Amino acid sequence: MSDGLILALAYGLPLLLAFGGLIVGTFLERRHLASIREREALFANCPAITSKQWDTTRTVADSTIVSASTVVSLDYFKRILANLRNLFGGRVRSYETLLDRAKREAILRLHEAAPDSHIILNLRLQTTTIVSVHNRGKGIGGIEVLAYGTAVRYVAE
Amino acid sequence: MILTNLETVPGKAITAHYGLVSGNTVRAKHVGRDIAASFKNIVGGELKGYTELLEDSRKEATNRMAEQAQALGANAVINIRFSTSAVAQGASELYVYGTAVSVE
Repeated sequence: MSDGLILALAYGLPLLLAFGGLIVGTFLERRHLASIREREALFANCPAITSKQWDTTRTVADSTIVSASTVVSLDYFKRILANLRNLFGGRVRSYETLLDRAKREAILRLHEAAPDSHIILNLRLQTTTIVSVHNRGKGIGGIEVLAYGTAVRYVAE
Repeated sequence: MILTNLETVPGKAITAHYGLVSGNTVRAKHVGRDIAASFKNIVGGELKGYTELLEDSRKEATNRMAEQAQALGANAVINIRFSTSAVAQGASELYVYGTAVSVE
């Protein structure tokens, strides 16, 4: 193998990955946001709230715990940006948008798990990092967002 | 079996307490899933294999908790909490706990 080829592989591959990540990652993010907005509108009449009680005048037909989660990861380009941000400190915007999307997605899945409920009470959100042992110790950075709450269905009046 | 993360069961009265019940599972992901996930790490987005795995494990932990409550003679578990922690590299523990009660 010539030196040129080795150089091209050493510097070209990360660049290619970063560029590919940027293009595909941005496309996927836009598509995901559009789908989130669309589905949030569908569940506008079934709020998910953190209170433990809501309308006590209505009779409850049934209530059950529901949970939903999503595991997300940053694209290669945004991870480089986040690593650069680590040098100077400050807001890491790439992670902010990722976690915002993940939380909204988890809450949407919660609604989808209880489609005929009137309200979801005592909503809790929990975020955990999932690191994998494989991949030469570097690990696969996954972030799990879990949403859970109690779905309540009232007796029809 | 009624499961809820509220402190009471809406529309029902608690008649007896049976104390804490819990269920857990520790799961590791297999290599195949990790390879797929490492590709996904380039373009970003959801790691579907991990989501499914964690959801399944959480269901199993919840079932174990419900079985424990049933053995005590309870018909509901209230104030349920979920907790996830990375106990070792590559393995996560999913823990579910709550209070077993009887309601009517």
